[in-house]
Amino acid sequence: MMEAVAIPPFERFYGEHASEVLGYLRRLLGQRAEDAWQETFLRALRAYDRLEHGRHLRAWVFTIATRVAMDELRASSKLLLVEDVDGEPLEVGRPVYAEIEHLTGELPPKERAAVVLRYGYDLPYDEIGAALGSSEEAARAAASSGVRRLRRRLSAPASGRAGFARASVCDADQKRSQ
Amino acid sequence: MSITPELDARFRAAALAEGLVDVRYDVMESPFGELFIASSERGLCRISYHPEGQDEEVARLFGARVLRTPLDGVRRELDEYFGGTRREFDLPLDLRVAPFHEAVLHELARVPYGRTDTYGSLAARVGRPKAARAVGTVMNRNPLPIVLPCHRIVGANGSLTGYGGGLHVKRALLELEGAMLPS
Repeated sequence: MMEAVAIPPFERFYGEHASEVLGYLRRLLGQRAEDAWQETFLRALRAYDRLEHGRHLRAWVFTIATRVAMDELRASSKLLLVEDVDGEPLEVGRPVYAEIEHLTGELPPKERAAVVLRYGYDLPYDEIGAALGSSEEAARAAASSGVRRLRRRLSAPASGRAGFARASVCDADQKRSQ
Repeated sequence: MSITPELDARFRAAALAEGLVDVRYDVMESPFGELFIASSERGLCRISYHPEGQDEEVARLFGARVLRTPLDGVRRELDEYFGGTRREFDLPLDLRVAPFHEAVLHELARVPYGRTDTYGSLAARVGRPKAARAVGTVMNRNPLPIVLPCHRIVGANGSLTGYGGGLHVKRALLELEGAMLPS
């Protein structure tokens, strides 16, 4: 029988995760992160007394943050969000995340979130799937798709356009950088 | 990426404004060290001389939506008491204790500033004259020391007996109130 893990007082949960969630949202949203951050922790607080146990609270708050960010990105995008999932999942070797991290801002939202959650925050794919509202397979595919896109970006000539030939979705931030 | 004080304050204000908080707590300085103070929606619910782990304690009893925010009213009245300018507290309380405890604490609250009483006398007043020991237990587990003045309860021979915050604190409180002369 699994031992029940007590739910920590909210203040402690907040103290533990407030900074890293803000960092995560900055990567996804840039300047708009602060409002999304507040909304994330208010949602967490609203739901806090309905938690059944204290396990996986980090993944839980990242899930909330991702949904808030997705809402924000969808609300502000001018084009239809198209899921860009490739054929078979590739076995992707772990890239040196620190080298490519600054480029994740150029990825479509879902791939960006998957890559950041996987390589920046170490979440397993089933939890990334839950955060994105899709399956574990789709999460895995989004992450490998994002990594491939980043690799093409790194090896592309200076103009950097080739890697985005197939990009069918972007948001206001990306439009500015192209 | 650290949270700026402004961002943090804005969040706490929003949380309180939405009525999402089960318990608010703070840790304040007193002449006797740090005091943990906590309030639920209904009123003051905890004072402790040992702040460590009290946030978990109040979460267990009152709900996990615990946030640290200043409790200005409580702090002010306690500061006034320690400064000798306040003799009675004017704070709503949230006491969630068993009926016997509630009866004893209710009688305890009537022991006036500057006076003392005994465990046996308190026991008699709740209709259990032989339950001095049980009254001692109630004093021991008093969730609101200072405000509910268990420091005013002494042994039949006048000895201080015991106090959660330490006997030196009990003595200091009685001296503050003039119930006891400084030794």
